[in-house]
Amino acid sequence: MSENNPSSIDDNFSDYKPLFTNASALVEANRCLFCYDAPCTIACPTDIDVPKFIKKISSGNLRGSAKTILDANILGASCARICPTEELCEGACVLNDLHETPIKIGSLQRYATESVVIENTSKLLFQKAPSNGKKIALVGSGPASLGCAADLAKMGYECVCFDKNEKAGGLNTYAIADYKLSYETALKELEWIDQLGIEIKTNTTVGKDVSMETLLTDYDAVFLGIGLGGVGPIGIPGEELDGVMDCLDFIRDLKTHPKEDLSLKGKSVAVLGGGNTAIDAVTQACRLEADNVYLVYRRTRSKMGAYEHEQELALKDGGVFVLEKQPVEIKGEGKVSELICAKTKSENGKLIITDELSSLKVDLVLRATGQAKHTSFLESVGIELTKWNTPVVDGNQRTSHEKIWSGGDCVSGGQEVVNAVAEGKLAAKSIHSTLSGGQ
Amino acid sequence: MADLTTNTAGIVSPNPFWLASAPPTNTGDQVARAFDAGWGGAVWKTLGQPIVNVWSRYASMDINGVKMMGLNNIELITDRSLDVNFKEIYEVKKHYPNNAVIVSLMVGSREEFHELVKRSEDAGADGLELNFGCPHGMSERGLGAAVGQVPEYVQQMTEWVKEVSNIPVLVKLTPNVTDIRYPARAAQAGGADGIALINTINSLMSVNLDTFAPNPNVDGLSSHGGYCGPAVKPIALNMLSQITSDPQTAQIPISGIGGVSNWQDAAEFILLGAHSVQVCTAVMHYGFRIVEDMIDGLSNYLDEKAMTLDQLRGQSVERIKNWQELDLNYVINASIDQEKCIGCGICYIACEDGAHQAIFANPMDNGRTHVEINEAACVGCNLCSLVCPVEDCITMVEIPNEFDACSWDDYTTRNGKLAPRAEHEWRPIVGPPKSDI
Ligand SMILES: Cc1cc2nc3c(=O)[nH]c(=O)nc-3n(C[C@H](O)[C@H](O)[C@H](O)COP(=O)(O)OP(=O)(O)OC[C@H]3O[C@@H](n4cnc5c(N)ncnc54)[C@H](O)[C@@H]3O)c2cc1C
Ligand SMILES: Cc1cc2nc3c(=O)[nH]c(=O)nc-3n(C[C@H](O)[C@H](O)[C@H](O)COP(=O)(O)O)c2cc1C
Ligand code: SF4
Ligand code: SF4
Ligand code: SF4
Repeated sequence: MSENNPSSIDDNFSDYKPLFTNASALVEANRCLFCYDAPCTIACPTDIDVPKFIKKISSGNLRGSAKTILDANILGASCARICPTEELCEGACVLNDLHETPIKIGSLQRYATESVVIENTSKLLFQKAPSNGKKIALVGSGPASLGCAADLAKMGYECVCFDKNEKAGGLNTYAIADYKLSYETALKELEWIDQLGIEIKTNTTVGKDVSMETLLTDYDAVFLGIGLGGVGPIGIPGEELDGVMDCLDFIRDLKTHPKEDLSLKGKSVAVLGGGNTAIDAVTQACRLEADNVYLVYRRTRSKMGAYEHEQELALKDGGVFVLEKQPVEIKGEGKVSELICAKTKSENGKLIITDELSSLKVDLVLRATGQAKHTSFLESVGIELTKWNTPVVDGNQRTSHEKIWSGGDCVSGGQEVVNAVAEGKLAAKSIHSTLSGGQ
Repeated sequence: MADLTTNTAGIVSPNPFWLASAPPTNTGDQVARAFDAGWGGAVWKTLGQPIVNVWSRYASMDINGVKMMGLNNIELITDRSLDVNFKEIYEVKKHYPNNAVIVSLMVGSREEFHELVKRSEDAGADGLELNFGCPHGMSERGLGAAVGQVPEYVQQMTEWVKEVSNIPVLVKLTPNVTDIRYPARAAQAGGADGIALINTINSLMSVNLDTFAPNPNVDGLSSHGGYCGPAVKPIALNMLSQITSDPQTAQIPISGIGGVSNWQDAAEFILLGAHSVQVCTAVMHYGFRIVEDMIDGLSNYLDEKAMTLDQLRGQSVERIKNWQELDLNYVINASIDQEKCIGCGICYIACEDGAHQAIFANPMDNGRTHVEINEAACVGCNLCSLVCPVEDCITMVEIPNEFDACSWDDYTTRNGKLAPRAEHEWRPIVGPPKSDI
């Protein structure tokens, strides 16, 4: 990374999987075998018909290709960039068995959707259907709610999302690693979704600005897509110091501000946790040019929740894994200067914290130890909850309350955008069959 | 290394690989570089009364991203003066005495032929090739395919050349006829020493969907042109085999042309009776360097087979029969190697929708499709084995039976008995009439 290039920080955050050129997309599309009952489609939570959209790329029918994708997944343009395709469609591609690289489905999906969704050049793909007179309220406007609302809007339901954030889109707008999907790109996608006529009331907290009772009275059904909360304190001394923060706030800040203002040059950062979120904090701290970035995790690498390919990326970016270390204290005069950790070991699968201490000189400590649940809100709604404080839902995402459906991270405890969209779609189907007289 | 020296109707070349008369043989410089690269012979770009070309001349057929599976052109014969051409032929022959230089001619009168034959011989040419082939431009002037399509003209013009020539004469035929055997017989009757085929096939390449202009685009307009390249090889092989299996022309030496891109293509032409092969499109695509592997590959192949070129030649001619002579009791079935199968389901949908509904498919837990052949329904058509992306995963295996061989001729003359045939499974057409379609 060049020292004297003033825009180098921005370069660090440029697309890590660049857009295909026409020629490379064609070559890749033509490699696809066009499987029957294709395993890649089965592996896609939103059931995108992968061979169908790929063949449309090779025939030059880009608009039809985009429609195939976006009909199945309204966030298909985001998903193209951010899905862990290695674990999903590409992992299932039959070419893996031929010891060939699987079809780059994510990149082709991006190629097909880019001009329609992000550059917004083409004519309308979807239209809001004429109103059927029924109204649906959606709490939150993240991927789950948008997945649900998109399908309902196409069937003529009036959909209104309420979101406490300033912008719609939930974590897809505020949390995705910026080099995969930038804040600006996410907002462009939301602008495109406008054509479906989904009303989104931002800066509106349900339970504060508008009550759940009002929604249940004024609307025919309610969908809860509230996601998860922030990453709370882990309960060690020194967490009140300046420079200790929720890593979601760190990511949100870097996504919504000019990167030069946030340079970490000369600083050292410790990220606490071993999941995909911790990895994203590490990679982005590295790209903000911190001197040292440590991922502090209490178990061994094989126990980390983060995908293998994400771990590799963090290491490549210059992150250092500090393993089998449990943070016990944060020290500093008003602001962080040192993280004290105790060595851990595992005996018969049980984690033992020893009294062998070590210290890391750091200026920033980012918590990525798991997002909280919106427990008090969910309790106030009065639906049945599991022991993990997630709504109990049936196979169609319907809660114990006959007018309330729920899906996405608040139900799953945290998955991917594509899963949230899929659950929203499933709920939409169930809401429709219920309201149109099914049961 | 096998000896690849070839004698085509008296024209000797160090190997059977010649450049066809086309842009790669436009100039002495090109032919010299081709010989340096290893080409055994070159048929000079056709000489005749100088012409003028349009600028935009070629258009390509790309298939699934693979470039130039077929090429079409609306170019005419040489656009350089006869003097320059003959001077360069002379120079090339002087520098490369062991390589074959064949001069291609296209003119309309006896006198013109006589003059060009003499000038070719004076320049040192090893042979002549009469271009009765171009389907475009020249044919409208009564030359090229306009000659090749009328056996009497072919014979007549061949005779004019043979009257005076002291070097071997090949007649290059057009494929734009219904039965290639007639012009071939006519060439032989006219005294031709050998035949070259095929020239290009009449074609219209494509239409631009934005501008509606056909390709190649000459200021929004176009014209029919000659088609060649890998896509035409099966047509060329068929025409070659028709001549080599016609008792009247079986003995005439042939220079095979049409879609030859590598040594394997060349070997197929030779197996069907060709003495040398000529190449145009593959060189226009990749340059003269491709001949290195042609020589190397053919020579390795001959060594492996422990055969000489002469022994290889014509081995497959006898195996081309009329359909009614084929055995109706040779029973084969598709067989799937489950170990190799990747579960893509392509064979299933191909057979189900496109053939004989003889493959069972079941989704598996891992998202793949389990496929199995229904032997009672399989007619052994080969389709599934053609579409399967995995090498040797579907093979066609012979199912022995106690019936004697029986051809259509045997069957219709009651001299043979048919083994039982596989049948389409009967499936009812259900549901209400779909009148809204
Ligand atoms: C750091 C990080 C990186 C990630 N990276 C990826 C990735 O690369 N790829 C991927 O596929 N997934 C990724 N994810 C996961 C993905 O972002 C989530 O799975 C997805 O956003 C869940 O969608 P959701 O709609 O369920 O919830 P959210 O996206 O969390 O949306 C919930 C919305 O509800 C609103 N809300 C909550 N309570 C209320 C209320 N009471 N009133 C009004 N509004 C409310 C919130 O403001 C929010 O906008 C990542 C997650 C994180 C944290
Ligand atoms: C651009 C172009 C020009 C050609 N010009 C001639 C020609 O002048 N004389 C001739 O006999 N054949 C001509 N041909 C036909 C080739 O010699 C050859 O018969 C034909 O291309 C088939 O071989 P291929 O499949 O290897 O290209 C021409 C072909 C092309 C593509
Ligand atoms: S599994 Fe792979 S090859 Fe088959 S349709 Fe899907 S992307 Fe194409
Ligand atoms: S050989 Fe033909 S009929 Fe037999 S299984 Fe294959 S495709 Fe079907
Ligand atoms: S086409 Fe080949 S690999 Fe694919 S399912 Fe059939 S047998 Fe298996």
